[in-house]
Amino acid sequence: MTDKEMLFEYLLRLGDNCVILSQRLAEWCGKAPVLEEEMALMNVGLDLVGQARLILDYAGKVEGAGRDEDKLAYHRDAQDWRNLLLVEQPNGDFAVTMARQLYFDLFQQLQFEALVKSKDQTISEIAAKSLKEIKYHVRHSSDWVIRLGDGTDESHERMQNALDQLWGFTPEMFDMDAVEQAMVDAGIGVDVSTLRDEWDARINAILTEATLKRPDVTWEVRGSREGKHSEHLGYLLAEMQFLPRAYPDASW
Amino acid sequence: MSNTASELPLYEVFIRSKNGLHHKHVGSLHASDDEMALTNARDVYTRRSEGVSIWVVKTDNVVASQPEDKASFYDPNDDKMYRHPTFYNIPDEVGHM
Repeated sequence: MTDKEMLFEYLLRLGDNCVILSQRLAEWCGKAPVLEEEMALMNVGLDLVGQARLILDYAGKVEGAGRDEDKLAYHRDAQDWRNLLLVEQPNGDFAVTMARQLYFDLFQQLQFEALVKSKDQTISEIAAKSLKEIKYHVRHSSDWVIRLGDGTDESHERMQNALDQLWGFTPEMFDMDAVEQAMVDAGIGVDVSTLRDEWDARINAILTEATLKRPDVTWEVRGSREGKHSEHLGYLLAEMQFLPRAYPDASW
Repeated sequence: MSNTASELPLYEVFIRSKNGLHHKHVGSLHASDDEMALTNARDVYTRRSEGVSIWVVKTDNVVASQPEDKASFYDPNDDKMYRHPTFYNIPDEVGHM
């Protein structure tokens, strides 16, 4: 891979997380537990759309093949997506959505804090802008995990189940490979493997306050870097991409 | 929406749109405690940059006048025009006040 191709690949990894997670959150529209929380979920989702647009717009320019943010979002098949398996997992109950959100929010915060120092000015600026939003996302999801964990017997049990259910998707976040390493060497990217300890420490503190147990799960699943996704991504893309694919030049 | 919303306490939300202005009542929301009320207010009422400061108050804590008191509270003021500064003629010699 050329440097340009590596940067493009790296940007897809950053941007695709935002697209897919925002689409998942949008699925709560009209069915969240209470109106106020629905607004909160949509706000988080729209923040992610904003981040995705900036990152994919830049990715398209780096690629230089005439693909803009919409082309990248709506005209790529599942194997071309580079989002983490975690973010494509179905919403489940509200606890599952919050567990997924907490795992990702904390990771994204650490990742973007490091990306602020990127030598790539565009990435650095996007990271700085996004961090304000991400800090609020962390506050939102950690508040809920603590509330539900330290709540009723039922909410505690559901929250614990949700954390256990998604835990095996988290190790992938900290994987390094040739692209990640090349970005680190170029001063553009962040060595995600070094974020693990801090992520662990923050998760542990939140779980302790929530009276929840750190998941004791031994299975791990990964594959997004090679475009190997869970079966859920195809369905998500089918719904998300239907309109632009059926009516490619539609405008409204 | 399930009916759990109706079981959560109601809060009144006040937003200050700019520094120097007053907080204004903008609406209400449901939340299980003060902290959640504040974040909900942020999410529901400041999405379009409406404010720089939020107050939330449990609706139960608001002491409100009653509609049936209208006659005794407000009507007696209707015929007391002398309480308005415009009731008085200012002599020309005073100039601008």
